[in-house]
Amino acid sequence: MSLAKTIPNQDVAHHQALATDKTVFGFWVYLMTDLLMFGVLFATYSVLHGNIFNGPSGHEIFSLPFALLETMILLTSSFTCGLAMLAVRKNAKNQVLLWLGITFLLGLAFLGLEFSEFSKLISEGNSWQRSAFLSSFFTLVGTHGLHITSGLLWMLICMIKVKSQGLNVNIARKLTLFSLFWHFLDIVWIFIFTIVYLMGAI
Amino acid sequence: MNKKEEIQIKQIEHPGTLKSYVTGFVLSIVLTIIPYLIVINHIVSGAFIVAVVICFAFAQLAVQLLFFLHMREEAKPRLNLLIFISFASIILIVVVASIWIMQHLNYNMNLIQLNNEMKYGEGF
Repeated sequence: MSLAKTIPNQDVAHHQALATDKTVFGFWVYLMTDLLMFGVLFATYSVLHGNIFNGPSGHEIFSLPFALLETMILLTSSFTCGLAMLAVRKNAKNQVLLWLGITFLLGLAFLGLEFSEFSKLISEGNSWQRSAFLSSFFTLVGTHGLHITSGLLWMLICMIKVKSQGLNVNIARKLTLFSLFWHFLDIVWIFIFTIVYLMGAI
Repeated sequence: MNKKEEIQIKQIEHPGTLKSYVTGFVLSIVLTIIPYLIVINHIVSGAFIVAVVICFAFAQLAVQLLFFLHMREEAKPRLNLLIFISFASIILIVVVASIWIMQHLNYNMNLIQLNNEMKYGEGF
């Protein structure tokens, strides 16, 4: 027997599902405009990455193992975020909190690593004021970091809501949008890893 | 939570399975490690390596879209896919054209050549 037949008023559920589809679609369009912004930042970086103004080039200041560690952490957090979504569908509140908690810690670790990289660069005198290359680098990676920060805040709010209200349709929808956002940031980071770090090291 | 809401949650949740997430995770790890090893060991060299690394990034993008964002399982009329394709083409035009134009700008605005032209040539 299909699930839809077990509820008396399936029209309501159907409407709700349609409304959620619209919400997801709207959020998806926002993500695409965000992607366009990142595309422009990538283009800026690609144009300016050779303009080092006698400062350091990417080859001298980037540490590949460090960037790989950041990538692994973010990929894993994307995976655990997916597991949290599976737990939402299973309606297992504690599992949702557990996986979201792990995702949160991984995101925090990523942000900490990025912060330490930035502060190291700045303390060595290689801030965004040093050259056009570093300006575009800090803008691109910093914008991504800003998105991660807001994602962490969003995750925290979701976790508090799940804890206090339990799982319901509203929170499930919010978590769906959040998971889209988090996977999207993962995709952007993959391109940062490739274009900034890997290609900077070639 | 009542029965109705429980079913609603199941309806709105996107169609991922544990298997698809694990496959996506393993693939994305592999697709990160391989270009990393290629770059640090200098297995391929020259301009070719850039192409290889970028290909891996796009393979990674495909994995993320299929296994994490579940674009393959989207119900018709597949508006998300449609808007993704249109934005992807806009982004491609913006990025590729910007790089192309700026490279040629550098070439066309070669100051040394311009100076020489002004000094020894016929000017503009």
